[in-house]
Amino acid sequence: MKMTRLIAAGLAALGLSAAAGAAPGDYKAPKHHHWHHSGPFGTYDRAAVQRGYQIYVEVCASCHSMDLLSFRNLGERGGPFEDERFPNANDNPLVMQLAASYTRQWNGEVDDAGDPRIRPGIPADTFPAPYENEQIARGSNNGALPPDLSVMTRARHHGTDYVRSLMLGYTDAPEGVEMGAGQYYNEYFGPISMAPQLVDGLIEYADGTEATKEQMAEDIAVFLTWAADPHMDVRKQTGLMVLLFLFVLTILVYLAYRQIWANVKH
Amino acid sequence: MSGPSTYEPKTGFTKWLDTRLPIIRLGWDSFVDFPTPRNLNYWWTFGGILAIFLMIQIVTGIVLAMHYVPHEAYAFDSVERIRRDVNFGWMIQSMHANGAAFFFVAVYLHMFRGLYYGSYKAPREVLWILGVVIYLLMMATAFMGYVLPWGQMSYWGAIVITNLIGALPFVGDAIREWLWGGFSVGQATLNRFFSLHYLLPFVIAGVVGLHIWALHVPGNGNPVGLDVRGGDDGKKDTLPFHPYYTVKDGFAILVYLMVFCVFVFFLPTVLGHADNFIEANPLSTPAHIVPEWYFLPFYAILRAITFDIGPIDAKLGGVLLMFGAIAILFVLPWLDTSKVRSMRYRPLTRWFFIFFVLACFGLGWCGAKNPDDYVLGIEGFKFLYFGQFLTLYYFAYFLVVLPVMGIVEKPKERPASIEAAVLGNNTNAQPAE
Repeated sequence: MKMTRLIAAGLAALGLSAAAGAAPGDYKAPKHHHWHHSGPFGTYDRAAVQRGYQIYVEVCASCHSMDLLSFRNLGERGGPFEDERFPNANDNPLVMQLAASYTRQWNGEVDDAGDPRIRPGIPADTFPAPYENEQIARGSNNGALPPDLSVMTRARHHGTDYVRSLMLGYTDAPEGVEMGAGQYYNEYFGPISMAPQLVDGLIEYADGTEATKEQMAEDIAVFLTWAADPHMDVRKQTGLMVLLFLFVLTILVYLAYRQIWANVKH
Repeated sequence: MSGPSTYEPKTGFTKWLDTRLPIIRLGWDSFVDFPTPRNLNYWWTFGGILAIFLMIQIVTGIVLAMHYVPHEAYAFDSVERIRRDVNFGWMIQSMHANGAAFFFVAVYLHMFRGLYYGSYKAPREVLWILGVVIYLLMMATAFMGYVLPWGQMSYWGAIVITNLIGALPFVGDAIREWLWGGFSVGQATLNRFFSLHYLLPFVIAGVVGLHIWALHVPGNGNPVGLDVRGGDDGKKDTLPFHPYYTVKDGFAILVYLMVFCVFVFFLPTVLGHADNFIEANPLSTPAHIVPEWYFLPFYAILRAITFDIGPIDAKLGGVLLMFGAIAILFVLPWLDTSKVRSMRYRPLTRWFFIFFVLACFGLGWCGAKNPDDYVLGIEGFKFLYFGQFLTLYYFAYFLVVLPVMGIVEKPKERPASIEAAVLGNNTNAQPAE
């Protein structure tokens, strides 16, 4: 796999070295961290994704939407609440319970009288957005728009490292940096409208893990990585089988090639 | 090189068909019995690799088009839906996006092969020109395909590229509006790009057919650049395409596919740009707008012209030069004055060629960088200047080096025939098996 990394690095250096500098402004590059899902054999740390979902629901979701995620995704293959007994995630009682914990109007649904239809969520519903529209979201956040988090870790370079670094990157503003109203300084972003969110013991993890700042930053980064790339586990497994097949086939074709050309000068 | 057909239909049906539509005969003569120089090296396998990748792109593309929604408000989400909810959508989308990059890697290697071994020279000028047409069509297809996911780079890349047309005097604005279908890149643009992105691959397939037809008249070139001899000697210079080259191409295709699969399954987004995972937003311009890597050398040439030349302002000059960088390939067969095809026997030009390849990589590097940054941090040595120097070399290679070297250079001695080149200068060589 070292070779593939070399090739990747080579190609990346060839064409995309610009990309590294494309982050807004020139602030610190995200700190590298080793993840359970790193590398060709890495899989998501299921417990971390579960904890990350808890943080999302209890903290992030009050400002950030995740429009591309449905509750059913949580129970699908590779998801944090996958359960072998329920291959159809819509039947997964835990997922049903998580969805049903929200009672609200979904997707602008109306009843027969034309009034908003209020009902508990089902696994097919998407994660509820905190604000009805962009204007309301900006109005509640000093004019800044909390971005949708569905593909956040893919929309930033080294996205998983970036989210973790950002969560832990709040410092005092260096001298000479102009700060807008209600802004905070973050080493990895610059002046940012999001207040520092994580403090030790902010939430009580369902699995009893101690909720340190670092732990929470890691968990939310893993959860968002899963959300942006929910099929990663399946993708890597499939890839290994495909490569194994191609490798054997290539060897066979190479031997055929050697045999066919054996007596031919070329 | 296509001699008399050796196909003999054996069954009743094939005999019947052969007198009505000799399609089996065509396939036999083109891909089974076709006499191919026996000394082709692995640089000659990229034609087959490209054919495979055209097929991969068309097949995956047709499936993607079944799920994609060409609408400003839904395009971005529909691509995400393909990745998330369509069965194996994550794989099909990854194959299509990475397939484009691998298509370009292969086409560049194929073109450098042609440049090194003089594949563009008589009698293969039309073959070469058809290849350049395919390359142009590929660039148009890739550009429009990159717009479809409607991310930030899609959108702003489309604006930058279409604005280049606007630099043309008198007609530029009108053509640009016509391309956009409005007064900016928007719904009409996205919809027509989708339509054309679906159309052009089939045009490419058609021109590929002509390309192969034009290949099969003079036959393959080869590393020593000698013609296959006529008559029975020709048999000693060649081997039938099948099984010799089907198995060799097959092996090369599999190796290339393995590298491709490493990207498809383990690095699916590494060749893309993170900004394209942010939905297009006309109100927010990305800090740096960079094209996909395969366009970077041309992007560097575009940006190399920062000064007005007489009545031509800098922008138009850059645009003309960028298009000129491709247009010059059309006349290449008549710019190279040397009768010697292969660079193996051109001791000086060979070095100029090696520097030409390096210049192309260098231009790609410049295209990726901010023109005002310093190369390797050397104070004062801006990427702009480096790009200008390399642009100059790019054009000088075609306009000065190739015309002049053909006259002043004394080529090395060449073997008497392909057979002699393969067997050493032994004239009593063994006949081919």
